[in-house]
Amino acid sequence: MATPGELGTEAWPLWEVFVRANRGLSHVHVGSLHAPDATMAIRNARDLYTRRGEGVSIWVMPADGITTSDPDEKGEWFESPAGKNFRHAIYYTKTEGVKHL
Amino acid sequence: MATTTDQTAPDSAAPIGRPAGAPDASAGRAAPVSHDISMGVEGEEAHGDVSVDELALSVELSGADGAVATPDVAEYAMWLGDDALILAQQLGWWISRAPELEEDVALGNIGLDVLGHARSFLRYAGTADGRTEDDLAYWRDEPAFRSAWLFEAPNGHFGDTIARQLIASAFQLELYRRLADSSDPALAAIATKSVKEVAYHLDHAAQWMLRLGGGTDESHARIQQSLVDVWPLVDELFRDEPVIDRLEGVAVRPSTLREPVLARIQEILDAAGLETPNVEPSMAGGRRGSHSTRLGYLLAEMQVLARSHPGATW
Repeated sequence: MATPGELGTEAWPLWEVFVRANRGLSHVHVGSLHAPDATMAIRNARDLYTRRGEGVSIWVMPADGITTSDPDEKGEWFESPAGKNFRHAIYYTKTEGVKHL
Repeated sequence: MATTTDQTAPDSAAPIGRPAGAPDASAGRAAPVSHDISMGVEGEEAHGDVSVDELALSVELSGADGAVATPDVAEYAMWLGDDALILAQQLGWWISRAPELEEDVALGNIGLDVLGHARSFLRYAGTADGRTEDDLAYWRDEPAFRSAWLFEAPNGHFGDTIARQLIASAFQLELYRRLADSSDPALAAIATKSVKEVAYHLDHAAQWMLRLGGGTDESHARIQQSLVDVWPLVDELFRDEPVIDRLEGVAVRPSTLREPVLARIQEILDAAGLETPNVEPSMAGGRRGSHSTRLGYLLAEMQVLARSHPGATW
């Protein structure tokens, strides 16, 4: 499946943008943008996605560098955990004295 | 109580793809609002914690906390304020006209940054004779403007705007860096706030110079021509006027900026494979109120609304 931006119908390729809101948090996907190259992509990201102090760090990556799961196979992929509540650790009793669980 | 159900509007009424209360694209524009911009913005978790509902735009202006400028300081503040104001007005034209949407926003952001600088400088300039920043922006005619000709140079094509921006940002960066040490606390405060923003503007222009200079033969030829076209206006930036002699320690002497500003531009042009034009300087006399014919048209567009509806707020 073609990634938006690689069809040749747009002047610039598409980039995905990840912004970290604060030190200690992880980078979160915030959206995408067009840019001629990585250097300009990160600047466009700064202008588009951190205008109101949203972040302290930005990642960009080419949209076509991301491999996605197939939406048509959602059933096979993501319904399996249903009925397997034992996978959630809340069913277990915490051993006394363990602090960071 | 037949209308009870109306009072809890279903969530489906919210615009798709944007959580209710998400920032509107127009928030943060420096519209001339006299009180707080109550947008009720709550930052999405992924976007950190941003709230502007208690911000008043006038509070964001740096410098001039009750300080009153002398007539000479006001004159100098008007130089810098008018440079920034005219540049902001020009950059605003690019919204919806840049090569890509992303570049609309980049130029728009730069325009808003320099508009902020203009407001701070002009507000301070106005303290000398009781005028507001709006009085100065909207109710002066060309001869009362003190901006250099560089800033009223036509937007032209994208390369023309980038060439002008390169020179403008390099000039403002060196200027504000030095002005941050001014003996006038208000000017120093405005310069300190502005210098980081201008550093980013210079980077933006430099990135485009590299790409246009090192792009295709066509882009190289066009950006080189843009430099030739705007270069006659560079010299005016470094001309000393009598008022500077009376502001020792307060103002930055323009002639002392020539060497560092040109060196900075040279470095970028070298990296972009472009040549510094060898052209005669223009007779530009913006600091004395002598402007090109372009300024009149520019001011007409900028001022028409305020002059048609005096005192209007929105």
